[in-house]
Parts: sequence; structure tokens; C-alpha cells
Amino acid sequence: MSEAMIAMPVRLWRSCLAIGFLMLAAVALAPAPLSAAEDVWTDLKPDLFDERPIKDGSQWLAIEAPYRAHDAALVPIKITALKPQSVDNYIKSITLVIDKNPAPVAAVFHLAQESGLASISTRVRVNAYSDVRAIAETADGTLYMVSRFVKASGGCSAPAQKDFDESIASMGRMKLRHYTPRPAADAASTPVHEAQLMIRHPNTSGLQMNQVTGYYIPAHFVDEIAIRQGGKTLLFIEGAISLSEDPTVRFHFVPQGTGDLSARVEDTEGNVYEAAWPVEPAAMN
Amino acid sequence: MNTFHYTAPNKRMRLSAPSVFIALALSVVVCLHAPLSRSQERCGAGNALEASVEEIASGVYVRAGVTATMTADNAGAIANVGFIIGTEAIAVIDTGGSACDGSRLRAAIRARSQLPIKFVINTHMHPDHVFGNAAFVADGPTFIGHHNLARALAARGAHYLEANRDIMGAAALAGTEIIAPGLPVEDPIEIALGGTTLEIVAHPTGHTDNDLTVFDRRTRTLWTGDLVFLEHLPVVDGSLKGWLAVMDALKKIPALRAVPGHGPVSVPWPRGVADQERYLAVLVEDLRGLIATGRSMNDAIAVAAESERDKWLLFDEFNARNASVGFAELEWE
Repeated sequence: MSEAMIAMPVRLWRSCLAIGFLMLAAVALAPAPLSAAEDVWTDLKPDLFDERPIKDGSQWLAIEAPYRAHDAALVPIKITALKPQSVDNYIKSITLVIDKNPAPVAAVFHLAQESGLASISTRVRVNAYSDVRAIAETADGTLYMVSRFVKASGGCSAPAQKDFDESIASMGRMKLRHYTPRPAADAASTPVHEAQLMIRHPNTSGLQMNQVTGYYIPAHFVDEIAIRQGGKTLLFIEGAISLSEDPTVRFHFVPQGTGDLSARVEDTEGNVYEAAWPVEPAAMN
Repeated sequence: MNTFHYTAPNKRMRLSAPSVFIALALSVVVCLHAPLSRSQERCGAGNALEASVEEIASGVYVRAGVTATMTADNAGAIANVGFIIGTEAIAVIDTGGSACDGSRLRAAIRARSQLPIKFVINTHMHPDHVFGNAAFVADGPTFIGHHNLARALAARGAHYLEANRDIMGAAALAGTEIIAPGLPVEDPIEIALGGTTLEIVAHPTGHTDNDLTVFDRRTRTLWTGDLVFLEHLPVVDGSLKGWLAVMDALKKIPALRAVPGHGPVSVPWPRGVADQERYLAVLVEDLRGLIATGRSMNDAIAVAAESERDKWLLFDEFNARNASVGFAELEWE
């Protein structure tokens, strides 16, 4: 073996190193030892929810995703709550999981009763053919799950930044889009408002590997987003690298008085970004 | 070299010493049993598998890509790639979609000239333009790319290899590896081939954030890489607005003809860019309208630029992707 290795030309050694690192990546990213197992979820579930039972969630929520990930870095996911956030019972969290991604938990959305409606839209990275699932926990402590299968994008799309320099240069900029409130179920109730928070951030994954380039890109992503209004946290998001660059979330809320809606965003390097907007909806049909 | 770190948001993702050992041991085994040269023997110089190229101007040769996605059957030969032969040296411009494809291109070069292959220029990061690089390593050329290319390949290379192995099969990509540029271009550079000089320009974000063009002074031929598509639907993997701005700059280049990244091997310049300009403008206009009325990305990708459907090949493969990228960009306006 050593003879053969000595005889190898330098470039072959370089390619061996590259292959070594690729394999290192493959082994490192495997969700568990002996992870040839097809059913990643079976492995993952106990880590996230212990042995708690998870019920079919189709009475509580629906998940929409394109059948095929058009761009691996930018896959829109829409979770629709099928029941309002009532005082009796409501969705208090939604965990969004992409089974085959290097970091399967894309985000955990913690919702309040004052969210009005637990519907959430966001954008994620999808690395490979994968189930994408949303697990809702209701206030009474029951878990409900819905899922969709998403085919991977083609061979020339990767879950990486489009314009790396631009996303670093504008990091932390935020924008809120406020949509026209939907009418309340009855005249006595407050209408449910809908808004979209957009955050400039590369949300980059430390898994992006050095080839023979000498490049190493450390993980740097948004890990906490808190959206508050009228003294109440309406939505708290634990984020991770499977959220797209420039993370965005579309959500609902029932205004608690006329105070500003504020967002506080923190990333893994400890950067904190804050912004606030008045709640009067800028009309947008 | 062992700077592999990952701050895992999920506790399962960690690197254990045994897995490092297994990975490195496997890599040695793989290297010993599948040397690079094997794929080159099978598809390269010395046999009939030589790329068919057309001389579109004196000394300027282009291998036409098929308008398709990369498959085992087409060996990834879907982009227009080629070479320019000077009186002293040869420059290769893009290397094709696999080591096999690259070695066929190399065979076409060697059928015409024994001059040294001194430069391999990659117009951008996409697999159909860089996967053939390995076929030229033995020639010891200077690999030239945009100053962002190495970073882009570091971020995407492993995924590109893995995703395309899934699609094309490992055999079709035997010997294919990611090779980063040794000469990064930021300000324009010139390279001399004898009898002609190539002007190489790195552009701001457009098709990707690492697009490069090559202008052959002798024949006034502009190699655009994927900054210009014809027939094959343009693919946005950078910035929609940025690309429109780069196109305005490219149109001012006094070229007689251009070699687009996909479509015919030679088109009159700047007329050849008109179809792409129209498509991108329609896409921008449609997306702005959808965003203004509060529609979601999900809704937008189903309808944006639908009026262009019959004017392009591979519309279903790429239009929704373009709409996703454009939507995310334009909603910040």
C-alpha cells in the first residue's frame, strides 16, 4: 500500500484529500451511526420528542411545499392552522423538520394564544429528497404532525448563498410587510392581522466544506427571533441553518392595543438586531 | 487541514474520532482503486470519443452543448465550451460537465494542435462548466476564475458532486473533481496566446456572483458563459436586477459575435441577447405585480413569466426556480 501511495502523483494526492474531506463530510453529516437507515425520522423522533406519542395532525394543520425544490436554497413552506388560537386550546409551538438535511430541525416557532391564528410561512433549504414535517404542540400538551415529501432540486442548484458579499454587507436589515387584516369571525372580536418579517442575513451553514480551495466558511446563522407587540411575545423562533438566507416568516397576530410591533433578532455570533413598526396596517389588498 | 467545525443546533450532529478514521481510510481505499486516469482512458485522447467542435472564427473552437439537463447519456455535455488556439499557447474556456466530457474536449484540442494548454478559464461555478477541469490538470495550466469562484465552489462543490452523482450515476462522474482557480480575477486581466490576446473581465453579481467573460481581441469574439442564454431558459442563480445591469454593460462591448453559455455556438452581438433580455424583464414585471398585491412566493412561482413558456426550452425545469430567486430579491424593494 505504501508503495502505491508513494507512486501516486501529487495531484492524485490532492484529489484523495478532497475525497477524504467529502467522505468526512458524509460521515459527519450522517444523522446517526449506521445511518444507512432509510427512515431518518424514526431515529430523529426520540431526540426531539422522547417517547411522547404524536397524533395525525390533519385536523389541526396543513403543510404546503412545492413537490420539487425549485431552488435548493429557497423552498417556500406554508403551514396553515385549521383552527383559531382559542383560549381553550391552541397551538403553542410548531417544529419544522427536514429529515434529510444536515441539521434537520429548521426552526421551532413558539406561538401565543394572541397569535390569533398559528399559520406560518417561511423558506428553507432542502438538500436532498426529503420528508418535510411540521409537529404542532397544543396548549394541552398533545403533539400533532403533518408532512410532505419534497424532491430535491436538480444538479446545478445548491443550498448556498446567492450573493455572499451582498448578504454580509446588508446583514441585520429588516423589513416588515403588513397585510390587510382578515375580518373577525364575529363583530365583537378583533380582526386577525397578518405580517411578514424579512431579515437580511447570510444564515450560513458551517457544513459548507473546504475542497482544495483553502476556504472554510464558519457557521453563522440567526438562532433567535422574538416578535413582540403590546407587551406580549407573539412569536418566538429558534432558528437554524436550514432556514434560507435572508430568513423570512409570515405570521398572524391579534393586536394588543396600539403599541409598536417589534422584532429582536440574534445570531450565533451574538449580533443583536432590533426594529419596530407601528401596527396600523399599510393597506395591501 | 482538519479545520472541520460545526456548531450543531442539533445535538446528534457531531464528529467522532472513529468516523474521522473511517472517512480517511475509505478515501485512501477509493483513491487506490479508482485513479483519475481510468475515466480519461475510457473517454479521452487516443480513442474515437473526441468532442465535435466548430471553428466559429479563426482559431476559436466551440463544442455545442445539448439543450438538456446533465444525464449519464450526455456525460454532462450541455454547455457550450471550447478553446482558442494562439501561435504559442492554447486557452480552454469552460471544461464541460464531467471529467469524461473534459477529456473529450481535450482530445479535440490535441487533434488540432500540440501547443501547450496554458490556461483553463472557468466562466462561473456551475457543474456543466467546471466538472471537466480534472481532464486538464496533467497539462499544468493556470486555472483562471472570478475572485468569488473559489468561495462559491467551497460552498457548493460537495453538494454539486453528490447531487449529480445521484442523477448521473457515479460511473459517469468518475474522475470528476472540484478544482478551484489558481488565478482569481478581480480587475480585468489580459493573457497572451501569441497572435491574440484575451481580455478577461469579472462581473458584479448577475447569473451568479462569480461570472467572468472572455474577449478574444483577434476575432472580436465575446465568450459570455451563462451571462447569455438562447433557446435554453435563462437560469437565475445570482441576482435578477444585477443580471440586467451586467447585460447593459456587456452590450457595449464591441464584439462581432458572442458565444453564449447555452444555445447556438455563435450569435451576432449584441443582437443575440435580445430574447434573454425580454424574458428577464417580463419576469421582473410579473414578480413586482405579484409582490405588490401581497401574493406569496408559493403563488408567484406558479404564474410568473408564464407568457414566456412557449418561447424557451426547459421552461418547466427552471422558470419556478427563477421566480423563487427573483421574488426573494424583489420583495426587498
